[in-house]
Amino acid sequence: MDLLRFNTCGSVDDGKSTLIGRLLYDSKSLMEDQIEALERSADITGGGQVNLANLTDGLRAEREQGITIDVAYRYFATPRRKFIVADTPGHVQYTRNMVTGASTANLSIILVDARAGVIEQSRRHTAIASLLRIPHLVIAVNKMDLVDWSEARFNEIRAEFEQFLPRLDIKDVKFIPMSALNGDNVVTPSAHTPWYGGPTLLSHLETVHIASDWNLQGLRLPVQWVNRPNQPTDPRLHDFRGFSGQIAGGIVRAGQKVMVLPSGITTTVKEIHTYDGPVAEAFCPQSVTLVLAHDVDVSRGNMIIGPDDLPGSASDLHAKVCWMHPRALQPGKKYWLKHTTHTVQAAVTEITHRINISSLEQEPAPAGLALNDIGEIRLRTSAPLVFDGYATNRLTGSFILIEQGTHATVAAGMLHPPRELVRPEDADFVI
Amino acid sequence: MSNYHLDHLQYLETEAIHIMREVAGEFERPALLFSGGKDSICLLRLAEKAFRPAEIPLPFLNVDTGHHFPELNEFRDRRARELGGKLIVRKVEDAIARGLAQPAPGEVSRNRLQIPTLLAAIEEFRFDCCIGGARRDEEKARAKERFFSYRDSFGQWDPKSQRPEIWNLYNARLNPGENMRVFPLSNWTEMDVWEYIRQEKLEVPSIYFSHRRHCVRRQGQWLPVNDIQPPKPTEEVRELTVRVRTIGDIISTGLVESPAATVDDIIAEIAAARVTERGSRADDKASEAAMEDRKKAGYF
Repeated sequence: MDLLRFNTCGSVDDGKSTLIGRLLYDSKSLMEDQIEALERSADITGGGQVNLANLTDGLRAEREQGITIDVAYRYFATPRRKFIVADTPGHVQYTRNMVTGASTANLSIILVDARAGVIEQSRRHTAIASLLRIPHLVIAVNKMDLVDWSEARFNEIRAEFEQFLPRLDIKDVKFIPMSALNGDNVVTPSAHTPWYGGPTLLSHLETVHIASDWNLQGLRLPVQWVNRPNQPTDPRLHDFRGFSGQIAGGIVRAGQKVMVLPSGITTTVKEIHTYDGPVAEAFCPQSVTLVLAHDVDVSRGNMIIGPDDLPGSASDLHAKVCWMHPRALQPGKKYWLKHTTHTVQAAVTEITHRINISSLEQEPAPAGLALNDIGEIRLRTSAPLVFDGYATNRLTGSFILIEQGTHATVAAGMLHPPRELVRPEDADFVI
Repeated sequence: MSNYHLDHLQYLETEAIHIMREVAGEFERPALLFSGGKDSICLLRLAEKAFRPAEIPLPFLNVDTGHHFPELNEFRDRRARELGGKLIVRKVEDAIARGLAQPAPGEVSRNRLQIPTLLAAIEEFRFDCCIGGARRDEEKARAKERFFSYRDSFGQWDPKSQRPEIWNLYNARLNPGENMRVFPLSNWTEMDVWEYIRQEKLEVPSIYFSHRRHCVRRQGQWLPVNDIQPPKPTEEVRELTVRVRTIGDIISTGLVESPAATVDDIIAEIAAARVTERGSRADDKASEAAMEDRKKAGYF
């Protein structure tokens, strides 16, 4: 069965948790003891009214304060698909949490209160989804019951969105009128929207085309671990040396030519080893172990690539970052930078500007970048990175920054396309 | 294009293998928590997939409460032997004898006492990372936990200051004395676990399948008759056809009446189930925040 990962975003009272609760409830993914626990908590906090939001607000502080602290993950299945939902809160730390929840999503649902229409938060959420290059977007126009199921109101909101959508790079957008509280157009079609000919939310989630969401162009295998069995007695394993990793892009075939970076050595793939036996080809995001034809020096942090589609290599980098920590970005300070399986030191040399998330306009950033800011930076790393632009490959175009000392994850970064590609003619170590 | 597409189990598997290999690549002294339960059985298969033909580069650790089902310990020891792995067992009893764990007056359950026993084992072997089989669908507090869950030098989890996890980039950096708990099955559901057991033809302990057993009725559930808390004359005892859905201690694991004799039967039963897996665990029912409190104190 297919698996679809999506996240929900909206501001505090847009009804995100209610929507997820409704999806779980109406798709019969809730169990009796969960419903029982809901009813128990209804007596305490809800004045007797079952609150679907309590399904996702897991921590005590959240239930007491009626807020969602962090990204919560939910799981449900229908006969057509399995779903992983990241519920990302819309309050203070929204950018950080949304980036976290959306980074692995195929699809984002942006909730809009039909009474309020497009507010600044809606623009922000849409802009973040666009920055992160989420392949599919759903604008859930919620609380339609409170605007008398007005088609005109729905069209008005849709038109507002469509005004700024062209500025964003989103391929697939769907608008759905609904009431999460009452369940209209969430799982079952609503009798209140005869003017709406589209699918319900669930039906859209079940059918949206996700097969091409992974990058199948340009082989990239970041080496995670070198597989060297220590079994001198078994002649078959004595010389086994495999390079294990999750394919981050493209397709690898047994017998094909590959290049190891940064060394530039080229060789061929002798075998694609898996626990279940050798395979003729493997693709992103499968985890495999490559045995190479020659005994070359490869270690964790190296990248095995297909020589037809070259990545960039540089230690001066240009990237967008989302700052995720209360301690603001400090230019010149050394951070750890983790990119694929490679960790290097990095210093930010310049904050070129801040991005106004509502308008996507560039602004000067005299005060630097603080928590939940998104900005453009230049940085210099202690060793060159082998990378792609984030727009080309989400896995080889992304990185995190880690503060030295506390080891807090302070930023998520998206690399700009490389200015220069790896030059194979420099690699004169062809075996 | 359709040839280059993973189904849900293949996706969950590659994600989990990636996490296992990150652990091997990033930590000096990792261990894998292996109880013999169904989730940790999947972990072992994933470890084989991640590391074969080499040896699995981390020992298996189990905290034995002394209240385990005997079938479970037998299975645990045998499976570890079959894989050629090193199994380390640390007992709550020994932790009590050494004064590291102190039962409260009248406290029979060993649930809480697993925590100091685990932390002592981590200190003894200087483990910097423990891989566990917890899943986010099990419980609400788990739903907010990271794949790489940072614990301070007291083994505590602080849900409000977790490290954000973005894409597949896991921050594994620690200071001395700190520890990481890593959960490769975070995104798996109970159904996924059983489907994986079926796909991989994995052996599981016999108590997961239907069998005849003397049961005692306590707090609305059937518990196995056991020597630790023998039935009182006022309690109802019956011989029933039951199985376990989730395995905890013998004094707290609810049994479900079930004719499920094969993995296929179990999958059909879960598909039709109307209560969650942890609905049969008395330790989670203590309060709405029971799991949250135990995790903050250093629970798995």
